[in-house]
Amino acid sequence: MTTSSSSLPRFLTRKGVPLWRDVVALQWVAQIVSAIMVLGFLWFFISNVLQAAEARGLGLGLGFLRGAAGFPIAESVVPYDPSRTFGYALWVGFLNTLKVSVVGIVLATFLGLGAALARLSPNWLVSNIAGLYINIIRNIPLLVQLFIWYFAVFQKLPPVQEALTLPGPVYISQRGLFMVGPQPTETFGAWLLFVAVGLVLGYLLNRSLLNYQVRTGRSTYPLLIGLLALVGVPLLGWFLVGAAPMQLTTPELARFNFEGGMRLTPEFAALLVGLVVYTGAFIAEVMRAGILAVQKGQVEAAKSLGLNAFQTLRLVVLPLALRVIIPPLISQYLNLTKNSSLAIVIGYADLFFVGRTIINQAGQAVPVFLLIMAIYLALSLLTSAVLNVYNRRVQLVER
Amino acid sequence: MRTKLSVVLSALIILGLLVTACAAPAATPAPAAEQPAAPPASAEEPAQSEQPAAPAAQGIMDTVKARGKVVCGVHTSLPGFGYLDSEGKNQGFDIDLCRAVAAAVFGDPNAAEFVPISAAERGPALQTREVDMVPRNMTQTSSREIQWGNFVHVMFYDGQGMMVRADSGFTTLEDMDGATVCVTTGTTTEQNLADAFRERGLTFNAVTFEDTSAVYSAYESGRCDAATSDKSQLAAVRSGFASPADHLIMEVTMSKEPLAPAVPAGDDQWADLVRTVMWVLINAEELGVTSQNVQEMKVSDNVVIKRMLGGEGSFGQEDLGLATDFAVNVLAAVGNYGEIYNRYMGPEGLSFTLDRGLNDLWTEGGLIYAPPLR
Repeated sequence: MTTSSSSLPRFLTRKGVPLWRDVVALQWVAQIVSAIMVLGFLWFFISNVLQAAEARGLGLGLGFLRGAAGFPIAESVVPYDPSRTFGYALWVGFLNTLKVSVVGIVLATFLGLGAALARLSPNWLVSNIAGLYINIIRNIPLLVQLFIWYFAVFQKLPPVQEALTLPGPVYISQRGLFMVGPQPTETFGAWLLFVAVGLVLGYLLNRSLLNYQVRTGRSTYPLLIGLLALVGVPLLGWFLVGAAPMQLTTPELARFNFEGGMRLTPEFAALLVGLVVYTGAFIAEVMRAGILAVQKGQVEAAKSLGLNAFQTLRLVVLPLALRVIIPPLISQYLNLTKNSSLAIVIGYADLFFVGRTIINQAGQAVPVFLLIMAIYLALSLLTSAVLNVYNRRVQLVER
Repeated sequence: MRTKLSVVLSALIILGLLVTACAAPAATPAPAAEQPAAPPASAEEPAQSEQPAAPAAQGIMDTVKARGKVVCGVHTSLPGFGYLDSEGKNQGFDIDLCRAVAAAVFGDPNAAEFVPISAAERGPALQTREVDMVPRNMTQTSSREIQWGNFVHVMFYDGQGMMVRADSGFTTLEDMDGATVCVTTGTTTEQNLADAFRERGLTFNAVTFEDTSAVYSAYESGRCDAATSDKSQLAAVRSGFASPADHLIMEVTMSKEPLAPAVPAGDDQWADLVRTVMWVLINAEELGVTSQNVQEMKVSDNVVIKRMLGGEGSFGQEDLGLATDFAVNVLAAVGNYGEIYNRYMGPEGLSFTLDRGLNDLWTEGGLIYAPPLR
């Protein structure tokens, strides 16, 4: 804020040009004035909040987070019951947000890629269907779509006693989707270790073999061997840990509901489908723009080298398109994560939903809102930081 | 170079003007924003420290009189308690309590303004004195009493119930081990549900929504085996279902839900006034004074009735700043407690029929009891 000593003497001691006409001096004045304005505004708003909170006897401390929550949460990644603390409930909500965001981002990316390729297809019908999907979905508010998915689609499925049965068996009803699912046993933890070793080993093998291939030109099958390690080590571990680390359980209709197996609640499913379909349409346009940005000459060159259509796409078009795609894609990912807070209207217990409940039950509006904002901010910054690292790697490296 | 400099200079001058222009409004709202915040603070302080004698400089009664209206925070979509009728007018048990206060202060039950507030806004609306009174289906609890405001008198004894499908065969909570229950989030109901199942060692799946209508639409469509809320609310909602007979409210009562109107903390005179009006409604029923016979009763031989209607002696009307015969206005406008109850929830009630049960007079085996007016 204060003028640094290095520049201060120069324009103050300079002869000839008066101070009010000195560009350097004027620039400094402008900087200082705008800084004061910004800080003044911030100070005004923050002190206003603090003052109002104090006047109304609203505490800003976070001590209440240690109190017992006392309310149920419909679904949770980690064990939860109402005797846990408010802080833990918030953590449960955060994990639920993370769950729907991660799964949603992966699925939306594939849907987007598929729709983009369909949109660019020379087949009139395919291209126009994709165009219809993109234009309809992009122009209807997500909130409206979520309502339709939840109340008009998932709630209208048959009641649980008359669940649709698909081969598998997969049962579909108002209470959600139930299917055969793995249930971890005691040896699950030990087996996870093998999975981790397989992951690391597979990655390292892939890298070093690829390097060797690039250096020597000898074919070393890096992808194949890497995948072999990735799958082989956990497979070996499965038999080494003794009892099977996971058992398949089949859902069975109990008195009220299916029990056992894997379950997707209608709230989660509706939110996931809504977010994926909505964000997928935007991602499709981002991808289309990226693919169209690849110069025709590159594709023609690839063809003249004898690459087939799929190889052209995978080896030439997509790597080049990624440079254009990644930056807007990051913001679509962030949008999906933030839009997941609309879960509140369909009863999916995400971070915002649990936060709102805590506000009601603990009566601490301001600190909880600040906490929610901080968590979303941290999540978004983390996501964009990770993707920015990736972005730098795919950008044109000039050799 | 010259022109460049003059551009910079004029830009700076404009910037400077902007700063002063911005600083001026920014400076004025600052104290202005502090002003409304400050009096409640100073008003609350003496109330919390033990100085009940000195009334707040600007009491709620003064504000109400200057405004010419009593402002009440109310429900607008709960049949029986607070809802909009076919003409868009606020109606209901809670609404009449507010109208009774307006009739007491101004002699006119229509000198009331109704502000729709959500369940979550009840506390903040009281804390910030946005409204003069909150008759909004609100359960009195110790922490709400401490944090939100002052509850004046329990006007409705409710309890949490469980609505299930008639063909489910449930009679006790034990029958419901493992069931899925729909509930509104952020309510005492949500916590009572968890407590009730936990203390019986039962499990349940909760499906929670913030919007009350979403709770019942999910229950009606079959997403849940049961829906839980206050019994009065369940009765109200059931009456709106496509086929009310297919659903029944179980006998089980999971909690005590005393519903009471509340006023902001820190103004004892206003709290006393609202409380006295509530007592008038209950005492009038006990004494047999109704909206029909209130004029004749003014000359009743019963001295208690005469005192209540301002014909003889006083029960503190002047100290509250009310007319001696304010009770006549109140009773003529909304009727006594029983009349209000029956208007919405009696056998011929506008909204639904709910047995008076605990909400009968103490002389009839219920809990409705008000201290004497003298």
